[in-house]
Amino acid sequence: MNQTEAFHRRIDAALHNDQLRRNFRSALTGIMARRAEQFPDDAQLQALRDQARAVRANALVRQPELLERLERQLTANGIQVHWAEGPDEANAIIHEILARADATSVVKGKSMVSEETGLNHYLEQRGIDVIESDLGEYIIQLAEEPPSHIVAPAIHKNRREVAELFHRFHPEIPYTDDIDQLTQTARAILRDRFATADAGISGVNFAVAETGTLCLVENEGNGRLSTTAPRVHIAITGVEKVIEKLSDVPPLLEILTKSATGQPITTYFNMISKPRQPGELDGPEAVHLVLLDNGRSRIRVDAELLDTLRCIRCGACINHCPVYVQLGGHAYGTVYPGPIGIALEPQRIGIDKVGTLTSACTLCGACGEVCPVRIPLPTLINRLRAEAVDGLRAGATVRGHGSLRKPREARLWGLWAALYGDPTRYRLFIWLASRLRWLTPPWLGAWTRYRSAPRPAARTLRELARDEGFRDE
Amino acid sequence: MSDSRQRILDRLRANRPTDVPTPMVYAKALGWDRERCIAAFSERMQAVRGEVHRMQRDAWVGWLSQQLPERGLHRVLVGNGRIGDALAAVAAQPLQVRRYDRPIESWKPELFGDIDVAVTGARAGLAESGSLVLWPDAEEPRLMSLVPPVHVALLDADRLYENFAALIVAEHWGDGMPTNALLISGPSKTADIEQTLAYGIHGPKELVTLLLE
Ligand code: SF4
Repeated sequence: MNQTEAFHRRIDAALHNDQLRRNFRSALTGIMARRAEQFPDDAQLQALRDQARAVRANALVRQPELLERLERQLTANGIQVHWAEGPDEANAIIHEILARADATSVVKGKSMVSEETGLNHYLEQRGIDVIESDLGEYIIQLAEEPPSHIVAPAIHKNRREVAELFHRFHPEIPYTDDIDQLTQTARAILRDRFATADAGISGVNFAVAETGTLCLVENEGNGRLSTTAPRVHIAITGVEKVIEKLSDVPPLLEILTKSATGQPITTYFNMISKPRQPGELDGPEAVHLVLLDNGRSRIRVDAELLDTLRCIRCGACINHCPVYVQLGGHAYGTVYPGPIGIALEPQRIGIDKVGTLTSACTLCGACGEVCPVRIPLPTLINRLRAEAVDGLRAGATVRGHGSLRKPREARLWGLWAALYGDPTRYRLFIWLASRLRWLTPPWLGAWTRYRSAPRPAARTLRELARDEGFRDE
Repeated sequence: MSDSRQRILDRLRANRPTDVPTPMVYAKALGWDRERCIAAFSERMQAVRGEVHRMQRDAWVGWLSQQLPERGLHRVLVGNGRIGDALAAVAAQPLQVRRYDRPIESWKPELFGDIDVAVTGARAGLAESGSLVLWPDAEEPRLMSLVPPVHVALLDADRLYENFAALIVAEHWGDGMPTNALLISGPSKTADIEQTLAYGIHGPKELVTLLLE
């Protein structure tokens, strides 16, 4: 099955799952309203977006210097830095750190980058016990599913589905679908794990080069526990997460939490700069940072596509996407779903592998309007569509460009261009189309699967306008 | 491994994008006076179910020795500084004051299971977002504000800043950071089930700020 067929099959399954669509619709409607409440003043919002964009753009331009500075600063602070080209290398580095530290049980805070590398699976295969400690991540780990949203990983499940999962894995705890009680159940289950885990693994929201500081944004406290209670802490992040100065943090933090969940700030903003120092009584004795490239540095080849890397993973584009709300995250089949997924994944993985994702977009523009760092997502998606069929041969830079080109489609568009590019031909064509409208076939491929075929009007708009006295020029 | 480092950096250097101007330092001066800061801090904190109590600078010991037993919080964790000293000096039955005076490894199960409340100081507060700012250290270690089910923090009202941007600039945070710095805005919470807010997931279920004036 090729990528397009596979994608269509997943779409079909998602569209026929009414419960799933109800879960998404109700969750996203709430998130969008809460985000809007945080930005009552549009001028202030736009100024904040400008600031956030400037911080991220500056960091990307100076990325190699900043990464070196980050490494120097972290090393001076006592944090060990590792570099990984791809998933296998990152996983191997992490496994080696754990093996050397004799660590067999791991608590994880939320990390999308570790989803990229398939870290849990890799470690479990090597006999390491890994438990996700973010409530949403814990739920989908029980269900053996990938996250369906980058901020709210279990957004596709309703309370009854969560209750059934908990009951299946912990039959000793009485069944309940009360959200407060489910939350307390998860607290009780995970508390022991925090107390006993050898190592904690987390993601990073911003890595500050100036001071060598890893910043983590969260509400639950599981991120703080994972990075404080065990004796080893390993953070993993993409190379694009570096920013220059500590003073760059406040605008990013503000717009991140407001855009992501509609909160003025999250419960915890955790800044880690050193392992446990002499005399200190807790905190990990060793802290590691794994910097993962995994296709990111290649994106720099193109000035327009570089914008993709400004992303701070707030998920606002996903929440506002009219396609995502219908499909949910799993249908995309990639680590990152929604508009940012459509823009990023074909660049990271190749158009030949996932380029068909670019069709899951109506170009409505909502994502570009809400993006806190002003990534022109619709423009990027359009650009990737063109590269997919090589409509831009000279400037194409993305791996697998041209791989979705279909000769028949290309011929049809060629014909269209010929007709629309010449007034005489165009007039003749629409005159013929209206006169021969009874020839329209009733079946027009995918279009008529859910709709009836459109039939041209008996007379063209041009003719009608002339009758009304408009001059045809 | 070092090969990967070199390859990644080489690729990044090979494609240097056009320069962009260095971003300005984000300053969001609100011009709030002390009362306005206190009001905003309290309002934001209470909006996320944090308790705020204003009191005289020396009233907190008395307040705690009355309130903690009333709330059934008997096993009290304190640090090794003056807050711990003051509380230990007045604590009487049923309060049992436990000092965080040993490395965590030697008493982890007790910390996770046998403490009702921790009392710490706060380095500063942020009015606009309703946040406590903590720099945990040897005197008041990191897990104090995280593991016990209730966290009480003493905040000097003179230490309220308008927001994070103002604090970072005023205190020159860019010159060097401690092992761990935290902004804490309310008790632990989650919205991972049906986007419905539930409090008290992994961190403290209650956060009480005593605002000292
Ligand atoms: S692309 Fe923009 S809106 Fe989407 S997750 Fe990234 S920062 Fe947020």
